[in-house]
Amino acid sequence: MSTELITGAEALMRSLIEEGVDTMFGYPGGAIMPVYDALHDHHDTIRHVLVRHEQGATHAAQGYARVSGKTGVCLVTSGPAATNAITGIADAMIDSTPMVVIIGQVGAALLGTDAFQETDVIGITQPITKWSYQIRKPEEIPWAISRAFYIAREGRPGPVVIDFAKNAQIQKFEYKYEKCNFIRSFIPTPAIEPQAIEDAAALINSAKKPFALVGQGVILGSAEKELAAFLEKANIPAGWTLLGSSALPTEHPLNKGMLGMHGNLAPNLKTNECDVLIAIGMRFDDRVTSDLSTYAKQCKIVHFDIDPAEINKNVKADVAVLGNAKETLALVTEKLNATTHTEWIASFEELNKIEAEKVIIPELQPKGTDITMGEVIRKISELTENKAVVVTDVGQNQMMAARYFNYTQSRSMVTSGGLGTMGFGLPAAIGAKIGAPERTVCMFAGDGGMQMTIQELGTIMQEKTGVKMIILNNHFLGMVRQWQELFFSERYSETHMVNPDFIMIAKAYGIKGQLVSNREDLDAAIAEMLSDDEAYLLEVNVETKGMVYPMVPTGASISNMIMGDK
Amino acid sequence: MELYTLIIFSENHPGLLSQVSNIFTRRQMNIETLTVSASSIEGIHKFTLTTYSTADSIAKVVKQIEKRVEVVKAFSYTDDEIIYQEVALYKVPTDALLDYPDLEQLVRKYNAQLLEMTRQFAVLQLTGHSEETQAFFEALKPFGVMQFVRSGRIAITKSSSEILSKFLQERMAKQ
Repeated sequence: MSTELITGAEALMRSLIEEGVDTMFGYPGGAIMPVYDALHDHHDTIRHVLVRHEQGATHAAQGYARVSGKTGVCLVTSGPAATNAITGIADAMIDSTPMVVIIGQVGAALLGTDAFQETDVIGITQPITKWSYQIRKPEEIPWAISRAFYIAREGRPGPVVIDFAKNAQIQKFEYKYEKCNFIRSFIPTPAIEPQAIEDAAALINSAKKPFALVGQGVILGSAEKELAAFLEKANIPAGWTLLGSSALPTEHPLNKGMLGMHGNLAPNLKTNECDVLIAIGMRFDDRVTSDLSTYAKQCKIVHFDIDPAEINKNVKADVAVLGNAKETLALVTEKLNATTHTEWIASFEELNKIEAEKVIIPELQPKGTDITMGEVIRKISELTENKAVVVTDVGQNQMMAARYFNYTQSRSMVTSGGLGTMGFGLPAAIGAKIGAPERTVCMFAGDGGMQMTIQELGTIMQEKTGVKMIILNNHFLGMVRQWQELFFSERYSETHMVNPDFIMIAKAYGIKGQLVSNREDLDAAIAEMLSDDEAYLLEVNVETKGMVYPMVPTGASISNMIMGDK
Repeated sequence: MELYTLIIFSENHPGLLSQVSNIFTRRQMNIETLTVSASSIEGIHKFTLTTYSTADSIAKVVKQIEKRVEVVKAFSYTDDEIIYQEVALYKVPTDALLDYPDLEQLVRKYNAQLLEMTRQFAVLQLTGHSEETQAFFEALKPFGVMQFVRSGRIAITKSSSEILSKFLQERMAKQ
């Protein structure tokens, strides 16, 4: 490897290229200017997407990472830029998204002096990152960047922050890059214990009523095929978490629907009826389990996870299978008996019928004149031949998209699950489209969340990103309104929204769009939206008091889903 | 709730202490004592801390600590699994000490050491468990203790194998 004297900023560029980075999302400013200057010589290898707010950069990087499986990269300046990036960093942490965020910092000599745009980035980000490191000397750059990518990507992925002091960007040093593939204190993927494989297989083989819970670990581990083989060999019905959506195609006969608060009736109730519960790459989030004291008490539990800290964290496992699901599922599948579980699987149908009758049919084929959120999502699913990448904001739009989009391939659902970040949708969709340019990307947002990051329409304009944006406008913060209706005596405190003319805003950014208020106009509008590869904003006025059902009220058992009455 | 001693080995990088303490803060757990120093292995730092917890939640905390990238290993112990010690210093007025009739008895009973003596004050040292250093503090109270300080706990395990060295050997072999 050749060595030469180059600036720290140039070294960062070369390090990023060594790590295979070809896209990053960022926003320049004082303390990162030397890096932006160096970037100017590398535009042919690195595409920089200029966002309109640093939060947008982080969510775009998340969207990019989630659809492509690559590590998302952000580049922002110090101080306020760093704090603006915090939401996306925290979001990536809780949703296990690989991301490297490079943040400018004042020069090392000024550190700790309350210098202009100085903030304690390491102090702020430590609890919400997998790793954060401050580079004070250029000599640390290759070491820190190679570690950053290794840590962000390996094992359970997550965000890494590099706090890059300005002096280290400017100073020259002898650059030499070595990729990191080992850190003695960090075991990304635990060794597989043969006994655990044996025990898991024995327990699953003994089950009369097995039920699998599919989480994002399957997608992160690229274990979709292994999952299907596992489920199919022993005919194990499965439910999925919000982040596990699309790991198993919606129409797969063993796919029994979404788990949790707004999930489907059957998978929730069957969790409390099965005899062996098999959790795969999921972390028993409270939105999935609801009341833990009544959750899955009747069954034995097998927990597959790559992160030892998830085992017994919320739900005690009888058998813990540590490792990458791609390997562990395959090993357990080899030892499974081929069984049918016909009666057990059939028993889901009864509940599906109840849910269809009480919730799904009224939502998808409404009798009233008002358009429902669910019917818009289902129509878009159909008109994209169920092949689109769905990106959602947070709230009713998100639950409806998870429930009613028909997923046919993996990495098709990008959503802020753990953190529940409103404003995630639009920038994440930009990143998703850039990460999967060959796919149609449909972003669903409410009128509230859309306005939290609406400035990113500027990014779409500048980058010509062909994102299809659908605003499900009910003129309310719908999910909060739903809770107010159900649990706060219909006292609609600060949830009604007076909204701008979204179509006119889009127009100002050179983005086509139209507003639909009547059902008969919907198909044509969607067809127009999908007629080319350009960005499009479709605003749909939906029923103002739409509800997402079924629902497990906070603190209740997952067996107690309320169905509402439409 | 029971007192647990956590022994944590980490890389000697800046910011490790706050990463560890954040894990306690988030769960509203108090760190009762904390001692940080270089370990016998070069480049590895050792944290010894005590906290009141339950077996269930201390196991989770240990896993969360170990999950930090630069933490090499973390272990938790109950008192019966370790040999532990603290050191305490006591500053008392010299006059009061000299006037005390049973000074000899007191020093013998606690086996304290005299580290320094001036016309104004004397500094005594006692090592032991916190109950012992506390009892000596109580005994000295009548003299008017001017300052009293107690270190965090340090501990050595009763285990016959040195898990950390073994772990590091295994890791380095994989490199």
